[in-house]
Amino acid sequence: MVETVLFVIFGLAALCGAITMVWARNPVYSAMGLMMTMFSIAVFYVSNSAHFVAAVQVIVYAGAVMTLFLFVIMLIGVDKEEDRTENLPIQRPLALGLIVLFGAAVVVAGRLAWTTGIRNPLDPVNGTVEAIGDELFKRWVLPFEITGLLLIVAAAGAIALAFFKDDDDAEVDT
Amino acid sequence: MTVTPGWYMALAAVLFVIGAGGILLRRNALVMFMSVELMLNAVNLTFVAAGRELNVLEGQVSVFFVMVVAAAEVVVGLAIIVAVFRRRQTASVDELAELRG
Repeated sequence: MVETVLFVIFGLAALCGAITMVWARNPVYSAMGLMMTMFSIAVFYVSNSAHFVAAVQVIVYAGAVMTLFLFVIMLIGVDKEEDRTENLPIQRPLALGLIVLFGAAVVVAGRLAWTTGIRNPLDPVNGTVEAIGDELFKRWVLPFEITGLLLIVAAAGAIALAFFKDDDDAEVDT
Repeated sequence: MTVTPGWYMALAAVLFVIGAGGILLRRNALVMFMSVELMLNAVNLTFVAAGRELNVLEGQVSVFFVMVVAAAEVVVGLAIIVAVFRRRQTASVDELAELRG
């Protein structure tokens, strides 16, 4: 019962946030809508007993990633509202048609079976820090190490991109 | 009425479709990027719901890895957007129609 109420409330919040994100002209409103969706998804994680993942969702997505987005929005300039003219002539109707088609395909596919596979007969899954850590550092330790490498490469790449100097585009422009 | 994983999957599908629509309809690079994030989040929700249904923890471990990759992707993507903005003074992908920097 509690889960149903939570699902309805936060499902609506997630949908409103997502639609706000796509619809809003101002990128700051888009970021706020996305943040609302991410918080709602964190609530769904909790009601699916994925407690650690919910905490990570709030800290990493709603915290760090959205802060980064807002930083870049502020850097680029908030007050510049884009004009919404579409340069490609049939892009909008075609996109809407494809979206409807895709949604219909998902619904049709989902009516057959949303989850397939053999159900594990053990106790219900409980995503505590201990359980996730056990899994992560025993079975998935190599992928875990590789993600560390990936993060270092990404950070180095971002710093390299940020350090592009303007003197070489002076060369290009003249 | 109980909430079966199918409901979460359906909600995730709707969120994914909204994200795909955002990519197709918007021309602001930042908003397109946020749409990618929304699609990744929708897929994460299906992982968790399916993991609960099948009683396995791997769903949540997959979400963890997807989050790490998404964080790396955000860092590099936003750096590229800022670098493009410095040169061209725009974040609209329509105006980036040349190969020339």
